[in-house]
Amino acid sequence: MRKPEINNKGYLECEHRQISSAASGATMIIKALEKENVDMVFGYPGGAVIPLYNKLYDSTLKHVLVRHEQAAVHAADGYARVTGKPGVVFATSGPGATNLVTGIANAYMDSVPLVIITGQVPCSSIGTDAFQEADITGITMPITKHNYLVKEVSDLPNILSEAFFLASTGRRGPVLIDIPKDIFDREAEFVYNRNRKIPGYNPTYEGHAGQISRAVKAIKEAKRPVLFGGGGLLRSGASPALQDFAEKARVPVILTLMGLGAFPGDNELYLGMPGMHGTITANYALTQADLIIAAGVRFDDRVTGKIEEFANNARVIHIDIDPAEIGKNVNIDVPIVGDVKTVLEALLKNVQPGDTAEWLQQIKGWQKNYPTLCGSNGAGRPIKPQFVIKELSRLSPENTIVATDVGQHQMWTAQHFNIKRPYKFITSGGLGTMGYGFPAAIGAKLACPDETVICITGDGSFQMNIQELATAVNNQLDLIIAVVNNGYLGMVRQWQDIFYNKRYAHTALEGNPDFVKVAEAYGAKGLRAAGENNVSSVIEEALSEKGPVIIDFIVDPEENVYPMVAPNCPINEIIFGGARS
Amino acid sequence: MKHVLAILVENKPGVLSRVAGLFSRRGFNIDNIAVGETVAPGISRMTITVEGSEKLVEQVIKQLHKLINVIKVSNLSKESSVMRELLLIKVNAEVGYRSDIQQIVETFRGKVVDVSPESMVIEVTGDEEKLEAIKLLLQHYGIREIARTGKVALLRGAAITREG
Ligand SMILES: Cc1ncc(C[n+]2csc(CCOP(=O)(O)OP(=O)(O)O)c2C)c(N)n1
Ligand SMILES: [Mg+2]
Repeated sequence: MRKPEINNKGYLECEHRQISSAASGATMIIKALEKENVDMVFGYPGGAVIPLYNKLYDSTLKHVLVRHEQAAVHAADGYARVTGKPGVVFATSGPGATNLVTGIANAYMDSVPLVIITGQVPCSSIGTDAFQEADITGITMPITKHNYLVKEVSDLPNILSEAFFLASTGRRGPVLIDIPKDIFDREAEFVYNRNRKIPGYNPTYEGHAGQISRAVKAIKEAKRPVLFGGGGLLRSGASPALQDFAEKARVPVILTLMGLGAFPGDNELYLGMPGMHGTITANYALTQADLIIAAGVRFDDRVTGKIEEFANNARVIHIDIDPAEIGKNVNIDVPIVGDVKTVLEALLKNVQPGDTAEWLQQIKGWQKNYPTLCGSNGAGRPIKPQFVIKELSRLSPENTIVATDVGQHQMWTAQHFNIKRPYKFITSGGLGTMGYGFPAAIGAKLACPDETVICITGDGSFQMNIQELATAVNNQLDLIIAVVNNGYLGMVRQWQDIFYNKRYAHTALEGNPDFVKVAEAYGAKGLRAAGENNVSSVIEEALSEKGPVIIDFIVDPEENVYPMVAPNCPINEIIFGGARS
Repeated sequence: MKHVLAILVENKPGVLSRVAGLFSRRGFNIDNIAVGETVAPGISRMTITVEGSEKLVEQVIKQLHKLINVIKVSNLSKESSVMRELLLIKVNAEVGYRSDIQQIVETFRGKVVDVSPESMVIEVTGDEEKLEAIKLLLQHYGIREIARTGKVALLRGAAITREG
């Protein structure tokens, strides 16, 4: 081994020093991806990135050719959510870049680490409305953690290294690098330094000791505490710490849609999801709590309902890596800026349970009185959609990864699929992007080829990225696509039903294709179930198949998701609904 | 209440648009803005005046901190500081009124920087109150046009707003 040397600035130089040499911009990118241990890129070529693809052609890096750039971002996002590593995307300038926008916004809202590389028209053409020129750094400024337009190839190594660093530290998020075509071919010295320092970027990981002791004291004094956790728990790897904490402090746990899986769904301290379609127990518990320990959540309106009446009786401890989330929507008594895992571990050292026995008893009562029912006898026709989810949950292996789309089927999945482990449930939370689920499932399957992956989608959502069947078939992915086919944009129809006097304006999906035939046209397997007594057998058949399988579940077209809290109402004002007969 | 924020930023392309975009998309209003270089190479200083409650300004500052190119944000309204703005004002000034105008300008320690047969251009610096006062007095003669720089500000005493 080389001996460490002191350079002229007095810094110790050892492992961070890299052998330098001249390289083209395209080569730098491939080398940087190798140094960042990237094993897979999702992308779609075009004029401005041909030089990049030309170099990629010689490398061992796997490239997944999608059929629409939006799907490349969603797939990279699914990959990132199950692995925790940044997902990487390539796309060309102009329409290639603008097709990424929905995917980037989706990843930004859910704090998913991505590094996106777009081609741009050559430096000399920028600003002239050249063919396929779009100002993608301008367009994505509000939906990226940061972005770059590269003007000098010599800047590229540092920009690449910063992009990976920013995407995967602090509050995670997408970072975009826009690279003019000529930069891919220009050469400069390549030194890749992973020891990065950015003057304006310095996330806080350790919680403030004083605030942590205040939190410990508040927990000890609380009679009715709940831990209310979200996606931040997963991003920081806090699940084990959370479990230890909840058990030691005897605090029940509520998880948002984004947090599902961070705490075992079958643990006795688990109360379910809160908010608009949350469990009655979770909503009652949040309303009556005297202490809320909020961990990696951002108090979204779908969770809090009418904000003025949210948890009015509670003191609130808020742990979050992003200081801007603390106090944004709800006033906080004990703010703790830091990495959720690190802070929970610190709390764990000194935390003592308060006198919570009576509270836990009260909660047990709610759980008993208000169980999550699926409203089906197992032999009905048409199928109750909730029953499909229950059966998928029952029949799929322990480690199954579930990706959902957006709509009623998403909420039913959150309610009825028993999610026991972290990183097994991926869904579009903040943006609510129809079309997310299927490409995200593709990304997840490519990342975890040994796990069973099921995409639970709707007949509307699936058609937003249905072209990715080609990608799934081409990559021979053993993937189940369960289409909860109600013939409607069901979630919108439900609102029309409840709030607009059943005026179903343009929510009936007339002209839907035959999904079994669609599967077959792409060279995939298609199955169908129209009665509840067929549900388990088609699922079992699908689980035993190789390659992508679509199951078309013909379900009750007018089933609604309940319980429900109407928008901007307090979360204890619950519409119970109940299964239609 | 008005808050004057001093924002140190890396002088990178697009940084002004990142900061301005943040204000508009989160519904914060910029009253005025001034941008210039600092003594540190590569670092610029933006001085932004924003109107709003304590809570809103706290959120503005936190959101600004999230921009990667923003190095430091301080609320100068919270501390003792010197604030100045420059006003150029073109006023009607026919021969008979010139000495009156001249007198007002002197009282405000301003300068006449251009004279034409029917108008004068006057330069004044000061805090907002002073500029409003002279504007009010000169209105009497007929103001043709004004241009203002937006506020710049420094802490009083030896302390400085610095990176890190
Ligand atoms: C891209 C996009 N467009 C529109 C919406 C609004 N929207 C939310 S849910 C929904 C219906 C989804 O229909 P489907 O996928 O069939 O699911 P279902 O609710 O029927 O289960 C719509 C249109 C959205 N979330 N995303
Ligand atoms: Mg539907």
